Amino acid sequence: MKIFSKIYIALILLFLYAPIAVMVLFSFNSSGSVWVFENFSLDWYKELLFNTSMLNALKHTIIIAVLSAIISTVVGTAASVGILALRKKVTKSLVMSATNIPLMNADIVTGISLMLLFVFFGKLLGLHESLGFITVLVAHITFNLPYVILSVMPKLKQTDSSLSEAALDLGCTPLQAFFKAVLPSISSGIFSGFIMAFTLSLDDFVISYFTCGHYQTLPIVIYNMTKKTVTPDAYALSTIIFVVIFVLLILYNTVQNKSSVKEAAKI
Amino acid sequence: MNKKRFGSRLVAAPYYVWAAIFIIVPLFMMIYYTFTDVNGVFTLANIMQLGRFKKAFGLSILYALISTIITFIIAYPLAYFMTKIKISSQRLILLLVVFPMWMNFLIRTYSWITILANTGIINTFLGKLGLGPLQLINTPGAVILGMVYDFLPYMVLPIYTVLSKIDKSMLEAADDLGCNSLQKLRRVIFPLSLPGVASGITMVFVPSVSTFYITQKLGGNKTMFVGDAIEYLFNLGPDFYNVASAISLVLMVLILLCMAVMNRFSEGDEEGVII
Repeated sequence: MKIFSKIYIALILLFLYAPIAVMVLFSFNSSGSVWVFENFSLDWYKELLFNTSMLNALKHTIIIAVLSAIISTVVGTAASVGILALRKKVTKSLVMSATNIPLMNADIVTGISLMLLFVFFGKLLGLHESLGFITVLVAHITFNLPYVILSVMPKLKQTDSSLSEAALDLGCTPLQAFFKAVLPSISSGIFSGFIMAFTLSLDDFVISYFTCGHYQTLPIVIYNMTKKTVTPDAYALSTIIFVVIFVLLILYNTVQNKSSVKEAAKI
Repeated sequence: MNKKRFGSRLVAAPYYVWAAIFIIVPLFMMIYYTFTDVNGVFTLANIMQLGRFKKAFGLSILYALISTIITFIIAYPLAYFMTKIKISSQRLILLLVVFPMWMNFLIRTYSWITILANTGIINTFLGKLGLGPLQLINTPGAVILGMVYDFLPYMVLPIYTVLSKIDKSMLEAADDLGCNSLQKLRRVIFPLSLPGVASGITMVFVPSVSTFYITQKLGGNKTMFVGDAIEYLFNLGPDFYNVASAISLVLMVLILLCMAVMNRFSEGDEEGVII
């Protein structure tokens, strides 16, 4: 039984990683084929350095990911504080249901509905082009917010409310009490919310596809590449992203582990 | 005290404004576009046109159902076996299972073409064994495979979370009451894991039913699914936004219905299921 379960786990992992292995392998292919492997080379990685449309898209993706992660972390953390302070249960559950909509809905529906909003108001304002940088940013913040709230809120619930009351009694202003007493104890939740928002934004294709106009992010460029024939440079690029996200995820996990060790130590 | 509460409630104000404009209003926008024509005049024409997409809806639901079932059959034993091994290896395997989720799914899907194509890895291998090339790509099977592959982690994660939280004393009680391991699985573990199964099912079904990339790449664009239809209409330009909106609205209602059914199985709080 033990052996059977180990084989099963190994087989599933093989299934999950086979396409990724293929991608990494062919990113080192010397010929332009993604079918036949010839020789090992780094040509496609060098090629990336000169592919301006891809580099531009990379710049766009990073700008959007950083900005949307920062804004959604700030707004989302504040929102968590405010939502928990709500006294009426009905209002609270109403707000939480609204928060859950982007989580539950299919990406394509979220994308189309935001696109319709942008186009509608773009027309009202008489804009020539209603989709672009601002609209992707807004869309990304919108789908990031629920994730930030869901990772900050549980931490906030765990914090002792007497902590901030003590700070207030000791003469802190409410703002000081928050920054000095509450914030340190929820920082791991905020951090994981931020990382999650950043990676989600980095990886989003569907919602960006409908809201970006000419402000193309990396997944959009990859999509356009896969429409025609793909050359290994898309694989090379994805390998790089793979490594970056891997590092981020390790970082995220160590922080999570540390904070859970700390919590265990507290008890 | 009251003042403080008011102050802390106020900090959520920016979020409320944001959620109202960018979560709630877009839903009404969808309704507005669905029931108006290009000039903003009320019409039912978009709804009438939906009949043309009956087949797309049927196909999408069918494929999503099949891939959700297969995903469940693969994921449940995996999640179950994972809870049986050392805690430190559990964390590692969980990380490995979740990790592909963070990879660009376009490329992950596209890599399957390299594996499945007529000149791809599997067929090259078969050719060396003297077996004829099999038609693997551009088949219904390839689409299902793509869906199962892309969304498997979404099923494993919630089931694993629920299974690993099951109170060990429950299992001991079952042992004491004379259950064998099969009975224990059927009578104790499975019922307790239902909330995880329910959220896994929604988390796989929703993206499967609405996907457009997997169907285009691995299905060879031969048939139109709901996602394809929406994407196609979107690309035709603003004149077709109204019909696209109508299809999206129906898709959303469909998803909400599916979720309402699933929610009946997963009552209780489940804050921790999202990584």
